[in-house]
Formats: sequence, C-alpha cells, structure tokens
Amino acid sequence: METNTTIRSHCVGTTAVVYASDYLNKLTGERIERECRRQLDSGCRALVIDFSDTELVNSIGVSILLGIIDVAERNGAEVVFSDVNNQTRALFDMLGLTRLVAVAKDENEALTSLSLTPPPPAVN
Amino acid sequence: MDQSNQQLIHTFGALADLGQEVANTGDFNEMVQTSIHLLLGTLALRRGAVVECGSAASMDCVAVWGVDRSSIEALEICDEEKAPLVDATLNSLLLKNGSTNGFIGRYRDTLIANGIALVIPMVVRSELKGFVFLGEKASGAEFTTEDFDTIRAMTRHIGVGIHTHRLLEQVAQRAAENRRLYEELRAIYRDTVRAFAAAIDIKDKYTQGHSERVGKYSEIIARELGWSEDEVEGIQIAGYLHDVGKLVVDRDIINAPYHINAKQSSELSRHPSAGYEILAPINHPYADIPLMAKYHHERLDGRGYPDGLVDEQIPLGAKIVSLADSFDAMTTDRPYRRRRSFEDVVQDLRQNSGTQFDYSVVGAFARAILKEVSGETKERRIVKLLGKGYLEGEQVSTLLTDLIADMERATQNKKQEQSAGAGNS
Repeated sequence: METNTTIRSHCVGTTAVVYASDYLNKLTGERIERECRRQLDSGCRALVIDFSDTELVNSIGVSILLGIIDVAERNGAEVVFSDVNNQTRALFDMLGLTRLVAVAKDENEALTSLSLTPPPPAVN
Repeated sequence: MDQSNQQLIHTFGALADLGQEVANTGDFNEMVQTSIHLLLGTLALRRGAVVECGSAASMDCVAVWGVDRSSIEALEICDEEKAPLVDATLNSLLLKNGSTNGFIGRYRDTLIANGIALVIPMVVRSELKGFVFLGEKASGAEFTTEDFDTIRAMTRHIGVGIHTHRLLEQVAQRAAENRRLYEELRAIYRDTVRAFAAAIDIKDKYTQGHSERVGKYSEIIARELGWSEDEVEGIQIAGYLHDVGKLVVDRDIINAPYHINAKQSSELSRHPSAGYEILAPINHPYADIPLMAKYHHERLDGRGYPDGLVDEQIPLGAKIVSLADSFDAMTTDRPYRRRRSFEDVVQDLRQNSGTQFDYSVVGAFARAILKEVSGETKERRIVKLLGKGYLEGEQVSTLLTDLIADMERATQNKKQEQSAGAGNS
C-alpha cells in the first residue's frame, strides 16, 4: 500500500486503486489527481477511484475528477468509480459523470469489470 | 431529493466557496484557478479558461483548465468589439449560435477547435474586463436557462475578484511609490538640515562641526535611552539645528575670543528663543524640534534660560541636546582654553548632574561611551568624534563605570523622593 500524503493507493496488475478521502475538495482532490497522474505515468492502464470513505464531493472535487478522466483518456486508460454513496451517486448522475465512467458496487466488482474489459484505445 | 433541488444545493455550495475564494487577497493565480475549477465543477464542464483584457488588444490568460493556453493568448480584441459584448445575452454567446461578426465571429472556429462552447464576457461596472471561456458539459447535454444564470453569477463573482485584486495591486504600487517619495523627501530634508548646520557653525570660527557633533551625540544618547528610530532621527535633527538662533546674533559676539560683557551675554542668550521662532513655522517630519532648540540651555535647577524652567518642565529631548551641547563644548578647543581632559569632563558631569544635567541622560551617555571603549559595540562613533587618544587609558573604563553607578543610584533616589513626595501630598 502506497500513500500520497493522506491518499491511499495500491496496484492490482496494471490497475491502480486510489482511495478518495472523506471530503473530496480542492486540497484532497489535488492529492488524488497527483496520485492518479503518478500511477498513469508509471504504466497503469486503468484507475479505480474508490469512494468508500467519501461522504461529500464539492464542485472543485467534480472538476478534478473530470480532469482525471481526461488525463486517463489521453493515456488510453479506463476509469471506474467504486463504492459511491447514494448522495454522491445522485450528484454524479445529475452532472453526467456516470456517462463517462462506470460505477461499480465495490472495489472487487470494479477490478472484475476491468479484467473483463478490453483496454480502450489511446486518444492522441 | 429531486434533481433540481440537488442541483440547487450543489450550486449554492459552489457559490459560497467562490465567494470565499474571491475574497482571498493572497495568491491571485490560485484564486482565479480555483474559481474556474468551481465554475467547471458546478456544471461538470470539461474545460475552461479565464482571460483578462490587456491594456492594448492583447489578452492575458490567468487560469486555464483543459484548454491550450497559447491559442487563447493569441486572441486579440479591439475597442470597438468590446462595447457590443457588455450587454450580450449568454445565448448569443454560444458559439454554435453566435454571431459571425465581431470578436466572436472572428474567432469562432479557433475557439470551437479548442473545445470552447461558450464565451462569457466578464463585465465589471459596465466595463469589459475579460472573458470566461467554457467547454461543453461532460454529459453532452445542452446548457439550460438555469445553467446560464449560474454561469452569469459565477462569472460576475470572478470578474469582481480579479478587478478587486488589480485595484489592490494598484493601491500597493502607489503606496510603495509614496513611501519611496517620502523617504526621498526625508533624505532631502536631512541633507538640507546638515547643510544648514554647517552654515550655522561657519558663523562661529571656533566651533566648526559643533552642530553636527551635537546631533550625533544626541542621537547616540536617545538610542541608548531606547527611543524609537523615528524619535532618534528627530533628535539628531534637533541637535543639528539647536544653535540656528545664532544666525541672528552678531558675529562679533559669537567670535569674541575671550569673555564677553553682560550686554553681549544677554544678546547671545537670545539664540534659543530666536531658534524657536525660526524653527516653529516649519512643518518638520519629527515632533518637538523647535522646543528642543528653545530649551537646550534650560537647567534642572531653574537657573537656565530663556524661561527658567525646572526639571520636569524641560522636555527630555532638550535635556539630551543640552548634555550633548555641553559635552562638545568641554571636549573641543576654544579660543581661550584647550579642551578638558576626560577625567575632568566626567567630574563636571557628576558635579552638575541633578542641577544642570539629568541623571538618566548622563547615565545613558556614559553607558554608550563605555560600550565603545570596551568594544561591546563595533561602531566607535564617539571615539571618532573625540579624536584619537582622547578616550584611551585604563582609567577611562573605571571613570565611566563609576559615573554610571552614581547616576543609577541618583536616579533611583530621585524616584523614591518623588514617590514619597507624591504620597505625602
């Protein structure tokens, strides 16, 4: 298990699982973004962002998640959100984030779904 | 919770965060970058930028997210293109609907190629300050009327934040410029005063450099007494100017080689009051300079002039200048005598403390001299003013140490007498 200040993450094969903190705001969002970029730079082909600890996501958090999705797309990596609470799920649905990424029940389901999915083509 | 309520809560949260952010006067770039993040996150937009209109036609990209900065900074807008954008409706600024004329028309293809869907003018007090460029919604959905309202409100917030920051920058620049000018004026004032002091001393061929030395001794004593830098500068000026009243005294009296008669003495005694009259109309940057000149010949025992004030009636600054003046008179050659030995001077100070000189002022001066003699202070200004050899010898430190002890004791006794007197009354 690696940490980026307070951000936990670990790798399963070429998939990185990054755990979002309890409140996804500017400070924690930037840490998650850095960690995701680091994982993609070190060769990860998929990202699972786990929200099991997350109670709240604010606007900056949403913007940063969109940035992570963008970067992942450019790197040809897939992004899956896991263990999203109802309130956050409703927010992601309302803003259309769930049209861009799959949402899994938990980390295991996310990892399983990724193992069944062929890798997306890289976007130049 | 239905979706419209949820959107409302999400937007309110973003507006509250944005309000807090634009009020942050710290890091400007951070403020704008966070603001665009908040706007993008409110509606889940994938890209955006904030640009400021420069002084000419150029644009300065102050925050960018997911957009190529150089393509945005290559845009230019002329003054005639600004006016129609101030009142433009957001719907007309949607690039796919937008005008083919003016700024939008000119750059529509470039902006669309950069993923921009909407161009919002940033207007503050009816003046176009810049733009917020926004990309499509992540969901691919169309912008709604509510989205436009949110975008307009948040853009206004960002515009005000940028405008306020720029105003504060201007204020800070002007304050810095004023400070610099003020420092220059003070330097000119100081130089003028020093030149004036030299002019005063030239009138008296036997005491050349006296005013400058009195200024320096006064400054040293005040610093030893713990005065602020501003007060120290003030008393230095007072020292330079303390004899300005001599300009109105007959040159023959000032330069009389031996003792002067009663009439001449009375004429010479006018100089503190004359000095006050010369200095009082001037708006000095320091307090009480005219009074220090007026009272530098007053004595604690009331036998001084011009007003015969006693102890507490005499301003401390005047007591300092008085000591500096007498010390310089004792330690420089005069036409009718050589300067006195340091031992003799110390004896004079001890003897006249409490009647002519203030104990605490004499004590402070003795401490300052001792610090130089003992090497406690690197700067040896008093030693230099007195000339080589004057403060040499083992007995100098002993003389000063004893004088300091005597002055401390006397100061203490005086305080006790004063508090006992206050108790009795």
